[in-house]
Amino acid sequence: MEQFLQQVASGLANGAIYACVALALVMIYVSTDHINFAQGEMAMFSTYISWQLMSWGLSFWFAFILAVVLSFILGVVIERVILRPLHNAPVLSIVVVFIGLLAIFNSVAGAIWSYLIKEYPSPFPKSSFGIAGVIGPHQLGVVLVTLIVLGLLFAFFRYTPLGLAMRAAAQNPQMARLVGVRVDWMLALGWGLAASVGAVAGIMVAHIVYLDPNMMAGILLYAFAGALVGGIGNPGGAVLGGFIVGVLENMVAFAGNQIEKATGIYIIGNGEKLTVALIIVIFVLTVRPAGIFGRVVVKRV
Amino acid sequence: MTASTKKWWLWLVLALAFLVPLLRPVLPDLVSDYRLFLVSTMMIAAIAVLGLNLLTGFNGQISLGHGAFYAVGAYTAAVLMDHLNMPYWLTLPCAAVVCFMVGYLFGLPALKLEGHYLALATFALALAVPQILKYKWLEGLTGGVQGIVLNKPEVPFDLPLTEDQWLYYYILIVMVLLYWAAANMLNSRSGRAMMAIRDYTIAASTMGIDTSLYKTVTFGISAAYTGIAGALSASAIAFVAPDSFNIFLSIKFLIGLVVGGIGSLVGSVVGGIFYVLVDNSAQALSTFAKNDLGLQFDLSAYTVFGILLIVLMYLMPMGIVGGVYYLVQSLRGSLRGGRAAQQQAAQKQPAAR
Repeated sequence: MEQFLQQVASGLANGAIYACVALALVMIYVSTDHINFAQGEMAMFSTYISWQLMSWGLSFWFAFILAVVLSFILGVVIERVILRPLHNAPVLSIVVVFIGLLAIFNSVAGAIWSYLIKEYPSPFPKSSFGIAGVIGPHQLGVVLVTLIVLGLLFAFFRYTPLGLAMRAAAQNPQMARLVGVRVDWMLALGWGLAASVGAVAGIMVAHIVYLDPNMMAGILLYAFAGALVGGIGNPGGAVLGGFIVGVLENMVAFAGNQIEKATGIYIIGNGEKLTVALIIVIFVLTVRPAGIFGRVVVKRV
Repeated sequence: MTASTKKWWLWLVLALAFLVPLLRPVLPDLVSDYRLFLVSTMMIAAIAVLGLNLLTGFNGQISLGHGAFYAVGAYTAAVLMDHLNMPYWLTLPCAAVVCFMVGYLFGLPALKLEGHYLALATFALALAVPQILKYKWLEGLTGGVQGIVLNKPEVPFDLPLTEDQWLYYYILIVMVLLYWAAANMLNSRSGRAMMAIRDYTIAASTMGIDTSLYKTVTFGISAAYTGIAGALSASAIAFVAPDSFNIFLSIKFLIGLVVGGIGSLVGSVVGGIFYVLVDNSAQALSTFAKNDLGLQFDLSAYTVFGILLIVLMYLMPMGIVGGVYYLVQSLRGSLRGGRAAQQQAAQKQPAAR
C-alpha cells in the first residue's frame, strides 16, 4: 500500500510537469490553432539558460526568475519574427517551421553546452520537507511550484483586463479587434507566456531527468498525451490531463512490476514509457479527438 | 511537365550514374570506394524521401514519423538475414510487404486525423520508435540495445567489382525501379485520385473517389518505399541499432522533402542527396563556422537544417526543384507574354494542407 501511495505521489509530481507543458501547448493551440512541436526544446533551452546563470554565481531562485523572463521574451520574439509572416500558410509549412525550430534549439544547445549530461540542483531543502515514505522533498516542491504557477496563470486570465483581452483574442479574433484588442500582440503575449510556463516545467524537471539537450523529448510526448486527454482546446482540461497521464504512467509501470513479481512474466515497465504515451495519444486521437473536456468542432464545408 | 521535355536529361543522368563507377581505372581518385558508398547512401535517402513524398507531397497527409517505417524495414531485413540467413536481395520484398502492412495499419487511425493531429500522432510514433525496438520480448530478434551486426552484400557471379561498386549498382537499380514505379503510379488514374484527395478531399469523395481506401493504401505504399530504403541501409551499413532511428532521422526525411520539393519526384532525389551531403560535411561546416564566420561554437548539421527549413518555408515553399521549375515557367510565361502559362505554373504549386 505504501508503495502504491508512493507511485501515485510521484505520478502527481511528474503530472505537474506534464500539466505545465500541456498548458503551454494549449495556450498556443487555442490562440493560433498550431501545435508547437518545439515547446519541449524551448523549455530545455530555458533550463540551460538558468543553469548558465547559476554557474555564473546567481542563486537558484534568481536564476529561475531571470530564465523565465528571458523565455518570455524569446517566445514573443519567435512569434513576432518567425510565425507572424506565416499566419495564413498551409498546415504543412507551419509544422515544418516548428520542426525547424526544434532542430535549431536542440543543436544550438548541444553546441553551446555540449551533449554531456549535467547534474541540476534542487532548490528544496532535503530535511523536514516532504512526507517520509510517500513523497520526496523535490517532488513535493515541484508540485507546489507548479500549482502556484498554474494558480497565478488562472488568476491572470480570470481577473485581469489583459487576461480577458487575451482570452477574447483567442476566442474570437475579429470581434476582439473590433472592440479594440490588439489581437496580434495578444498572440505574441500568449507565446511568451507559453514559453515561460514551459521554462518553469523544464527547470523543475531538470533535477529529476538531468540536464541534456534531449531531456524534454519524453516529457513533451506525455504533455501531448495530457493535452489530448483533457482536450487540446481546454486549458483546465489540459492541466488535469497532465496530472492524469502522470499518474497513469506510473500506474502502468507499477502494475507491470507487480505482474512481473507475481508471475515472472515481463510485460511492461519503465522502458516502455514512451510507448505508453504513444498508445494514449493514438487512442485518444482516434476514439475521442476532442478529449474529455473538449468540445467537438464541426467542420464547415 | 511534359514527358518529352523532361525525359532526355533524366536518361542522361541515369547513363552517367551507370557509367561513372566504371571509370575507376582512369580516374581512381574521383570514383573511390568511399565516394561510391556516399552516393549509395544518398540514393537510399532519396528512396526514403520519395516514400515520404508520396504520402505528404502527393496525398497531403503529413508524417513526421517516417523514421519508424525506415526502422521497421531495416530491422525486417536485418532479422531475416541474421536469423534465417536470407540473401540480402530477398529481404527487400519482405521489408516492403511488412512495411506496407504496418503503414496500412497506421493509416487506419490516421484516417480520422488531419493536418496538425496527424503530424502529432506521427511525431509521437517517431519519438517512441527506439524504445519499441528495445522492447524486452523482441530482444531475441532485435538484439536489444546492441542491435544486429550483419555482413556486407557479396559481389555475385564473380563480377569484377569491389563490394562498394556492387552495392552502388544494386541500390541504383532498386532506386531506378522504384522511381519508375512511382512515376507510373502517379501518372495513372490512382495517382490523380491521390492528388485530388490532397487538393480537396471532400470534392474528391464527391466525385466518387474512395478516399479512405486511397489514403490508407497510400500510407502503406509510402511506408513500403521508406521501408525498402531502410532495408537497403541495413545491408549497406551492415549494422542496425535502435538509437539510430530517433526523431532526427524523421526530421532528415522532412528536410529532404522540403528542400527537394513537396510533390516532386525529382525533388525527392535532390532532397535525399542534399541531406546526406550536409550531414556528411558537418565537420567541414563546423570548421568553416569557426574559422571563416568567427562563431565561438560548433555549427552542427541540424542548425543548418533547422534554419533551412524555416527559410525555405518563406522563400520557396515548393522546395528547390519546385522553386526553380516555377521560376522557369514564369520566365517562359513572361517571354511569351501569355498569362496562361503562368497560371499553369501557379497551379503546379501543391496545395498541401
